[in-house]
Amino acid sequence: MKARQKRIALIAGGLAVLGIAAALVLNALNSNIAFYVSPTDVAAGKAPQGKAFRIGGMVKEASVKREADGVTMAFIVTDTETDLLVNYKGILPDLFQEGKGVVAQGKLTEDGTRFVASEVLAKHDENYMPPEAAQAVADAHERAATNKAAQEAAAGAPAAQQPAAKPAY
Amino acid sequence: MNNRLINWFKYASPQSFYPLAGKMIPWFAAAGAVFGIAGLWIGMAVAPTDFQQGEGYRIIFIHVPASWMSMFIYLVMAFWAALGLAYNTRLSGMMAQALAPTGALMAFLSLWTGALWGKPMWGTWWVWDARLTSELILLFLYIGFIALQAAIDDPRRADKAGAVLALVGVVNIPIIYFSVKWWNTLHQGASVSLNRAPAMASLMLWGMLLMALAFWMYSIAIALYRARTIMLERERGTEWVKETLAAEGAK
Repeated sequence: MKARQKRIALIAGGLAVLGIAAALVLNALNSNIAFYVSPTDVAAGKAPQGKAFRIGGMVKEASVKREADGVTMAFIVTDTETDLLVNYKGILPDLFQEGKGVVAQGKLTEDGTRFVASEVLAKHDENYMPPEAAQAVADAHERAATNKAAQEAAAGAPAAQQPAAKPAY
Repeated sequence: MNNRLINWFKYASPQSFYPLAGKMIPWFAAAGAVFGIAGLWIGMAVAPTDFQQGEGYRIIFIHVPASWMSMFIYLVMAFWAALGLAYNTRLSGMMAQALAPTGALMAFLSLWTGALWGKPMWGTWWVWDARLTSELILLFLYIGFIALQAAIDDPRRADKAGAVLALVGVVNIPIIYFSVKWWNTLHQGASVSLNRAPAMASLMLWGMLLMALAFWMYSIAIALYRARTIMLERERGTEWVKETLAAEGAK
């Protein structure tokens, strides 16, 4: 083997070892690298107890309310499987919307039923399109849903609960 | 070896690469200007408003090409570094050294435009999520590479030390790229990837691709320009540099 081939083998071998080491380290740190946990993880007790952490998911449709004190917001963060009620006192980001992604930092209350957020960030998806196109997509979805309901009604079958597709947040 | 159409090894010597690079720079620079003007025009004037982010999304035409470039330049730099380690060619180290400042600039642009974009859309300038953190590490790798090379006086030894650093840092590139897939992050997933249809309106996509081309051309032109300077500086004692400088001075 010539010196040059030896060096090439050394570089390739070094990179391979480095890659494997990095993969193992990242794999071991997996849960620490995650930016947020889902409401399902929280329900399963995977969230840190008594410490601040972040939850992420979608803001449930028609769940955003202002509490009686006039400054606290209440909304439900969902991963379509589990819901978690969030309270937040402060200004919500512009892109905060029902049906859109959200990441909130804060703590669970003692009884574990509510999440009191100290910071709320909007998490938008990777789709970019003009408003007309977005409207067209929404309309098409609505038509499809109406058609489906009509068909099911015509067939006389009870509308089966379809599992919702995983949202792209 | 001798029956090849082009003898690539000929251009591995600074002496023959110097004039070739000089001839290529104006073409890449001109192409960069043309693509840049077209891309900015489509991006700022023609592409439609976004349904979620309004006009604010238009920073994408700088942010995404800069981010792509920051990762790609690093790969090219590491490629030259590996070549230099394996073949001991003089030019490899010079190319790696010439690419690093442009790569650092791109990484910085990516982080800076990202912060400007994050504040109005997400509600924060910065978060320590996997995508943002790994891109910051990329900027540090570039700066570390530049500093390490500058700290060692002997250029051959500087090249070797820099090459090892550059190669070790390569693991970070797939981490940046796949971070939004492997972990949950605040940063959204890729809008454009090779294995599926882009999640963007076509005019927006065109603006972004043209800007990406412009960044490519700019990076090539400026790296070649820098490489030429490095060649003259490092080989200042040689005959060809004296001849070149004399010829250029006579013009």
